[in-house]
Amino acid sequence: MIYTTHSESETEALGARFAAKLAPGTVAALYGDLGCGKTAFVRGMARGMGIAGPVTSPTFTIVNEYDGPRPLFHFDMYRLGGADELFDIGWEDYLARGGVCAVEWSENVPGAFTGDEVTVRFAKTGDNDREITIEGGPGLC
Amino acid sequence: MLILSVESSCDETAVALVEDGRKVLADEIFSQVALHSLYGGVVPEIAARSHLEVVTLLADRALETAGRTRADIDAVACTYAPGLIGAVLVGVNFAKSAALALGVPLIPVHHIRGHIAANYLAYPALEPPFLCLAISGGNTMLVDVRGYTDMSVLGRTRDDAAGECFDKSARIMGLGYPGGKPLDDLSRQGDDRTYDLPRPAVHGDNPYDMSFSGLKTAVVNIVHHAEQTGQAPDRPGLAASLCRAVSETLVGRTMDAAAALGYENIAVAGGVAANSRIRADFEAACRREGRTLFVPPLRLCGDNAAMIGAQGYYEYLAGHTAGSDLNAYATMAL
Repeated sequence: MIYTTHSESETEALGARFAAKLAPGTVAALYGDLGCGKTAFVRGMARGMGIAGPVTSPTFTIVNEYDGPRPLFHFDMYRLGGADELFDIGWEDYLARGGVCAVEWSENVPGAFTGDEVTVRFAKTGDNDREITIEGGPGLC
Repeated sequence: MLILSVESSCDETAVALVEDGRKVLADEIFSQVALHSLYGGVVPEIAARSHLEVVTLLADRALETAGRTRADIDAVACTYAPGLIGAVLVGVNFAKSAALALGVPLIPVHHIRGHIAANYLAYPALEPPFLCLAISGGNTMLVDVRGYTDMSVLGRTRDDAAGECFDKSARIMGLGYPGGKPLDDLSRQGDDRTYDLPRPAVHGDNPYDMSFSGLKTAVVNIVHHAEQTGQAPDRPGLAASLCRAVSETLVGRTMDAAAALGYENIAVAGGVAANSRIRADFEAACRREGRTLFVPPLRLCGDNAAMIGAQGYYEYLAGHTAGSDLNAYATMAL
């Protein structure tokens, strides 16, 4: 499905609707360039999963963990050189923990995915407009 | 009290010897920036591996520089959070082993508390309470430092850190990694009114929270629009406008908090404190409002182990030591 948003808060709201029904263990692979709204979307996912508190960019730490009814693991692969380095950040361990994994910059780690993931692609269609394509998953709430 | 301290949370591996939290006897740093610049960012696997290779060598060199022996070490301090988990683990495990082998206390130190403590090394007379703005590649927070180990976060970034905004904007502008220094240099050749960038508005009830994600997006838009119309953006002008926008947000929030809480002393900490525009704006604002500004010299602004030794001393005095079960954490409240 293709969705269009016109502001950061609309992108966040879409993220909330997207995450509301996601099963534990779901991997959401996010694709899109700098400034496309990926972190805003994941912030919305956290809200949709009943997680309060600040959701900030994980670029520096690679992964931020958020506790909630379903835990959310927010990855940013921006600084990773390839799938080899997934091992060093404990990717397999996170998969085994049964939370929802939201993965920014999935472009950088094709080896992380098995085909079971939900794919979310972000494209800028204007300064504030975004086209967000979601493939797989249970659909929006 | 002589503390051997270790810092390995990101790009730099560092080991220092600090006496009584204030006097630096040795401050050894090995930077991995050259390695990482090849990849356009920090690659954690490489970070962890190079930390491991150099940490013991740096410790030996620190002792040699200070003219001390292992027997002189009274405690070992290390950064245990936050940072790249694989990198932090190297420093934590080295510190654990050293403390165990020497039979001395092990002191875990929060990386941001260390950055704040860099001010104690630079300014021997500075004591809490004061207000501190901690700005780095991974963190942006305004901290109420009531005591050496008694502090709370007044406000923070809601999305990207200030340093991340600089790094990513620099990457969009083709300035390489790390982007802070080249962006700063370029900005000094430009007019800061060239582009009208947004002053990030934060919705919510905390007047001290900040946001920098929108600024990064605005830089993307300017560069893309220029490309589409076949024109080159005014890069020095864009760099200067960006530095101005970031600085006005940081300095504005800090001065508001200082006035509201009645703090006369304002300290700045972290790698982004090296930005010349932010320094100049803080100096001007403090002069105007009659407050005293503390900014560590450049070497102490970046990641280093001396700052961990400084904070480690005060953590020790507060009884904050750990056992061999100490773990490393990617994220941790201040």
